[in-house]
This record gives sequence, C-alpha cells and structure tokens, in this order.
Amino acid sequence: MSSVQLHHLQIDLGEFHLRRVDLEVRAGEYFIILGPTGAGKTVLLETIAGLHRPRAGRVLLDGQDVTRRPPERRRVGFVYQDYALFPHLTVAENIAFGLKLRGAAPDELRARVDKIGAQLGITHLFHRRPGTLSGGEQQRAALARALIVEPRLLLMDEPLSALDPETRESIQREIHRLHRQLRTTTIHVTHDFEEAVALGERIAVMHEGRIVQTGTPEEIFRKPASEFVARFVGMRNLFRGTVHRDPHGDTQLHVGDVAINVVTELHGEVHGSIRPEDVVLLHGEIHSSARNVFGGRIVDISDRGPIAYVTVRLHAAARAPLDIVSLITHRSLVDMQLQEGKEIALAFKASAVHVF
Amino acid sequence: MKNPPLNWFKLTFILLGATLVLFIAWPLLRTILATAPGVLWQTLLDAEVRHAILLTGYASMIATALAFVTGVPLAYLLARSEFPGKRLVSGLINLPIVVPHSAAGIALLMVFGKYGPLGKLLSHAGLKFVSATPGIVIAMLFVSLSFLVNAAREGFEAVNPHLERVARTLGASPWSAFWRISFPLAWRGILSGLMLMWARGLSEFGAVVILAYHPMVSPVLIYERFESYGLQYARPVATLMILICLLIFSLLQLTASAKEARR
Repeated sequence: MSSVQLHHLQIDLGEFHLRRVDLEVRAGEYFIILGPTGAGKTVLLETIAGLHRPRAGRVLLDGQDVTRRPPERRRVGFVYQDYALFPHLTVAENIAFGLKLRGAAPDELRARVDKIGAQLGITHLFHRRPGTLSGGEQQRAALARALIVEPRLLLMDEPLSALDPETRESIQREIHRLHRQLRTTTIHVTHDFEEAVALGERIAVMHEGRIVQTGTPEEIFRKPASEFVARFVGMRNLFRGTVHRDPHGDTQLHVGDVAINVVTELHGEVHGSIRPEDVVLLHGEIHSSARNVFGGRIVDISDRGPIAYVTVRLHAAARAPLDIVSLITHRSLVDMQLQEGKEIALAFKASAVHVF
Repeated sequence: MKNPPLNWFKLTFILLGATLVLFIAWPLLRTILATAPGVLWQTLLDAEVRHAILLTGYASMIATALAFVTGVPLAYLLARSEFPGKRLVSGLINLPIVVPHSAAGIALLMVFGKYGPLGKLLSHAGLKFVSATPGIVIAMLFVSLSFLVNAAREGFEAVNPHLERVARTLGASPWSAFWRISFPLAWRGILSGLMLMWARGLSEFGAVVILAYHPMVSPVLIYERFESYGLQYARPVATLMILICLLIFSLLQLTASAKEARR
C-alpha cells in the first residue's frame, strides 16, 4: 500500500486551473477531497493517475517520483462517476481485463474473478452486459475491476453521486467494509460532506483550484478555516456517538454521557447532527413534543445583525464538553436577555437529529 | 365523432418530399424498364463491360484499403487530441468534397503525373499513374476519403474517453487501449465509413477521367458509349450499373440492420 504526496502541483487543462496543490496521504489511509462540483477534482485525480501531465509540480508514490510515468505503470486504480464499464464486454470480462493484460493463467484468472465477484456479491451478473445493470450493480463491478489487480492506490471520482439514496447507503457500507478489509490507500472525491464524514479518515477541502483546509472530519467542522469551508460544510452541530435501543422502542444516541433521543434505523457507531435553526432556547420547563431537553450554560454568542448564534455547553456532558449551537433572532436575544455565562435550557425534536 | 381537421403542415411537407423522391425514382425506373432483360444479359456478357465493372470494384477496394490504413489513425487523432492546426487539418479533409473533381484530377497530376515529383520517382519502381490502374485508385481515394475519415471520427467521438483512461490505469499501453477498447467500440462507424467510401468510389468519374481514361471504369465506359454511339447504346450499361448499385445498397442496408438487431 502506497503513500501519496502531491508537491506544488499545478494543472492547466482547458478551463480547469489548479494551482499549488500540496497533499499528503498516508499509506492505507482513506482520504477525501471535498469540494463543489466542477472545482477540478476529477482533473486532479486523473493527474494523480497519470492521465494528464501537470504544468508543474510532482506526484510521488511511496516517495518515488512518478510524475513522468505513464498510467499503465503506476498501479493506480480508478473508478469514475459513470463507472466506465466496457460496454462490449461482459461483467466478468470487464473484471478480468487488468489481469488478462498481465497474462494471468486462465485458472488463476477464473479463481480471482470468482473470489472478488463473491466479495462484492455480483457473481450472478457475470454473464451480463454493463448496459443491463443498475447503477449499484455497475458500481460494484467497477470496484471489482479496479481492486482485482491489487492497486497500491485507489482513486474514486464521486462514486456515490449518481446513485439513489438507498443504493448509496449500501455501496457506502460496501466501500467502508472493503477498505477495512483491504486497507487500500484511497483518495475519494465528493461534493457531499456527509459522505466525506462517513468514510474519510482525513479530508481536504478544495475551493477554486486550491486546497483550503486539511484535517480530520471533526477538525473541519469544529474549526473551519474559512467562511467558504464553514458554509460548504453547513452543519454546526456535529457529533459522534453510539446508537442504543431500549426495550420500549426508544432510540437514543449516546454521545459521551449525553443521551439524545433520535429517530433512526442505523445502529452502532454513527454521526449525528442538528441544524442550529432546529434548536430552541428556553427558560425553565415547558411541555412540548420535543423529546430532547437539556440544561446548560451559554459559552458564546455570535451576534450577526438580524440573527445570532448561541453556543450552549450541556451540563449533562461531564467527561467531554458537548456544545450545541442554536440560531435565534436578534429580537429573541434581546427579549430573553441572553449573555455569556447565563444558565439556559435548550430543546429540539428527536426527528430533528440527523443520524448518518 | 368528427374527423380530425386536416394537418396542413404535414401534408405540405409530404408533397414537397414526395416531389424529391419522385425526382430520383422516375428516371431510375424508366431506365431500368426501358432495357429488355435479354439486352441486359447480352451487355453482361460483353467482356468490355464486365472488365469495367470488375476494375471499378477492385480499384475502389484498394482505395478504401489505403484510406483505412491512413484515415483511421487520423480520425482517432482528430477525435481525441488537441494540436495546433487541428481545424486546418479538419477542413482539409473535407476539401475534396467541394473541389470540382476534374480539378482534383489535375491537382493529382501535378504530383503523380509523368513530370510530377512522385510520378517521376515512382516510375523508376515501375509504378505508373497516368492511364493506369494506380491512377484510378488515387483519384478515387482523393475524392471519397472524407467519407471514411468523417465516419471514423464520429465513431471514435462516440466512445466515452473514460473507457480508454480506465483501461490505461488497469495496465493497458496506448496501443492496447486502442485495439481492445477504442477500435472495437468505434467499429460500427468505421465499417459504415468503409462501405460508404467504397460505394462512392464506384461512381467516380471526374477525377478518374483526367488521370486515366483507359483502362475504363464503368462511369467512363457509359460516357464513352454515349458520346460515340448515343443513348440507345449507352443505356444498357447504365441500367446494369444502376441495378448493381441497387443490389450493393440493399446488401449494405441489410448488413447495417442485421448488426443493429444483434445489439
């Protein structure tokens, strides 16, 4: 498994201009490049694969300069957003393509194709043509084709963007499982930050042809480096926790010591997020349908003219601080006489918590 | 239930279109029907006629083969690469369609004629262009190569570039990617280009007649018989050529639809 380094990479291709891209991906890491569509992410991936020559800069794999090396000698796997399966070959022939080029013996070929077909659950599709497959099936076939040759780096260009939400979730789990199993160094490009957070060990945010921030998902969301990153990321309340289902049928997300009532089908380790607009601040108790009511202390107020962001630290979070940001009107800020240090309660519905 | 009102728009278009179809069909039909089957058979037995038909087919086949070897690579470059002067090259490829064919013939003589640079050079190797089959071949090649290059280019352009790129990442050299991916997928377009070019070569007159009146290809034979002996004598050969072209055309259509059905 290879480490990847991009050193002062500059790419000019048509209308895409990427300037001074510096990136480092550790061996076996799952790295996400996050950015709006059309930011040149595909071109960057293609350059790493050797399909384009950069204007300046270097691409290193395992410390070796491969900038001048043609793609067929880099052992870098590529999965396009449109899957790019060869339409004139069957699924099995597609998967076997890379091995066949290497002159693998027919028995070994058959065995390895069968093995990876079983791993991805597509053995029943072997004799079909790509044109007859669904999006999810094509995606699995494309993954099989890329992984069977044991690449030292896997590049994926918006692999989930063309799929419907249900298929997206299953493929996402598939990718996660495969990565845990194979530990292939992966660079995955997307515009969907939820996808980024769910799969990425580290994320680089790209804006107008440059990397503007690199870090773990938590770092990006806790401390966005710029207005763009903050807006792009959108969520201000993001946390990790474990799903618990009690005998009554209530579902809770345990974040440290805090138990948040949620609505979800998922289980195990998950992420949760709440939009600041969905968090209500209140004095004392009121009876409502909101299942989540917590007491806390205001630790920050960000007055933005007509609106204000109020950050509340929950009392229930004993071991590790959990802050929830609420968005209120300026009027409410004044009416409730809110200030830093004040005791306050907040409430939000269980259904307002987005679990992913 | 009232009858729907007459669609004047559609009717007008049908009438206009029918005029054009009639314009093609009527002369062809009259020519075919004017020649008795017996006369047709006699014409076929005429050695000069048979020789002309076979020569035409053979020369066009050679021209098509030459265009295939040089035109398919060019079409691929035009489809995939950017290079300075690309639009000029593209325009040049289409030029033979607009240049008068007799003028094309003169132009070819300037290079391949007895005193032209290549003509002189190759005559040492025993290759003669004027009044010889090679001349017929290059005349046919010049005027109909556009059909092949354009069809092949469209064929390649229809292939998703991602496919070749993925093939490269899987370990394919540029050659391998071309032979295993690009070419097979563009083949339908290339094949139709080949058939079109060959068929077009069969009917070439203007450029051929400048380079090589003799040996006579079918269009030249028809012309000579018309000039020398008149309509009656020329018509049977014309009828024969029309029927042969109809046959080829039908076969091409059949092949095209058979391939379409198999997909």
